[in-house]
Amino acid sequence: MAVGNMTKQVQHHPSYLRVFLTFARNSLVRDMTFRSNFVIEMISSMSWMFMNLGFYILIFSYVDSIGAHTGWGRYQFFVFFATTALTNSLVQSFFMPNAEEFSELIRTGNLDFALLKPIDTQFLVSLHKVHWSGLGNTGFAIGLLAYSLYQLIAGEGLQLTAVQFLLYPLYVGCGVLVLYSLMIGLAASSVWLGRNQSLYNFWFYITNFSRYPMEIFDGPPGYARRWVGRSLRGFFAFVIPVLLAVNIPARMLAKPLDQNNWPLAAFALLATAASLWVSRRIFYWALKSYRSASS
Amino acid sequence: MYAQAQTWWIILRICLEERLVYRADFALGTLMRFLPIVTQIFLWGAIFTAVRGDVAGYSYHDFIAYYLLTMVTRAFSSMPGLASGIAREIREGTVKKFLIQPIDMIGFLLLNRLAHKLVYYGVAIGPFALVFYLCRHYFPPPPDPATIAAFAASLAMAFLLGFFLEATIGLIGFWFLEVSSLLFVYMLFNFFFSGHMFPLDMLPPPWSIIVDALPLKYLAYFPAAVWLGKVEGSQLMRELWIQAGWVVFFMLACRVAFQRGVQRYSGFGG
Repeated sequence: MAVGNMTKQVQHHPSYLRVFLTFARNSLVRDMTFRSNFVIEMISSMSWMFMNLGFYILIFSYVDSIGAHTGWGRYQFFVFFATTALTNSLVQSFFMPNAEEFSELIRTGNLDFALLKPIDTQFLVSLHKVHWSGLGNTGFAIGLLAYSLYQLIAGEGLQLTAVQFLLYPLYVGCGVLVLYSLMIGLAASSVWLGRNQSLYNFWFYITNFSRYPMEIFDGPPGYARRWVGRSLRGFFAFVIPVLLAVNIPARMLAKPLDQNNWPLAAFALLATAASLWVSRRIFYWALKSYRSASS
Repeated sequence: MYAQAQTWWIILRICLEERLVYRADFALGTLMRFLPIVTQIFLWGAIFTAVRGDVAGYSYHDFIAYYLLTMVTRAFSSMPGLASGIAREIREGTVKKFLIQPIDMIGFLLLNRLAHKLVYYGVAIGPFALVFYLCRHYFPPPPDPATIAAFAASLAMAFLLGFFLEATIGLIGFWFLEVSSLLFVYMLFNFFFSGHMFPLDMLPPPWSIIVDALPLKYLAYFPAAVWLGKVEGSQLMRELWIQAGWVVFFMLACRVAFQRGVQRYSGFGG
């Protein structure tokens, strides 16, 4: 009877939402145990954002826009920067600590315990910790976004419709998933490499390309910068689509009239699905090669 | 005296060999460090399509040359893992090996770091030469020998300043045990106010005055500015002396922190 019950329980699909909420609550309890540490972490990551904002304010004290005729004026660019901050804060709160731990789980062999649990391993490994203090930056991003949009609407007569406000969170979500896919794919590769400190830096360096408007990857005719820039743009939009992660949602709000928006937006959905699929394939491929460690 | 020198020589050799174990990782890491420069080249390229003339006295080419030169200066002044390593040794108690052996901890770490840097330059010279060759047209004609000598001096002092500054922060671990948040703040200020992110003379007052009073600018901005001829003549000499002053200051601070820290420290167990 007891065995029958157990089989029944194991076959029963876990409620992913409830499991996630438990993870989130546990992480919050842990964070609140060291409250001053939590506050310090939040302040320090927010000061990083303020310093970056300071850098862009400094640039805009010398110029009116990032590139001539690109449409990225001061507040348009701040919408872009807020979107970068938003996307990155979500990735850092939900996925970054887990991906870091994943490489460590592989190296130490503790991944065995995750494999034994009756739940999707990628879900368990990707979400079991929530880094709540990272959400301070989310607040910063939303504040900056609201302020910049207000400036654009009041000062420059920007008109936004409900559709844009609905699509914006959707595309921010897509951006987060694209960045997540890249991260978990790189973390999974530590199965083959043992340690992958350089790969981590690699993630940061690649996503560095996502932090700027795609128009900047260009150059004057006849210069090498032109074809290098356009190749980079093509590569990071269509091969490793990190360039779409921030550009698409930011353009939705800051440059709603741009002709290129809709084809790119349609492609971004496809790219997100493809990234997730590829990263999941890499993840399970890596699990197949995993051979635990020691006893 | 001879025996002492021989000890240090052996330490240096061991550290060199230890570093060479991971040379492939090293070379790959170095090349990747140039990737952010690529985005800077395009960012400033785009910015300069919207301005006529200079930005804060820098042309587009000056900007790129500046960023590449700060890569060189940071190769001298950055000390990855130094402060956190010292703090960890204090926290975990392994620092006592320095207390019971006739080896000076700071001296040992300095040699270790020197070995690290020598290996790093040995491996990194390839990627650096490649990138600088590809970007050669961004540079102004090379400066006169006196300026090159001043540049070399500022680089050597940037190494020493970076070492003693970070070592001092690490030694604060004797009091706080955990210095990671302090280090984060240091890293943050270092990134923005050493000139790594942008040439510091872009800053308006009062920021420019604050940055001038801090030692951080000697870690990245100053040597690059010397090469580009932004600091000349008597001002150059004065700044070099100030940099030397900071080096001495942190050398002493490091010593004092170590001595006071060791007095506080108590180790237990095996």
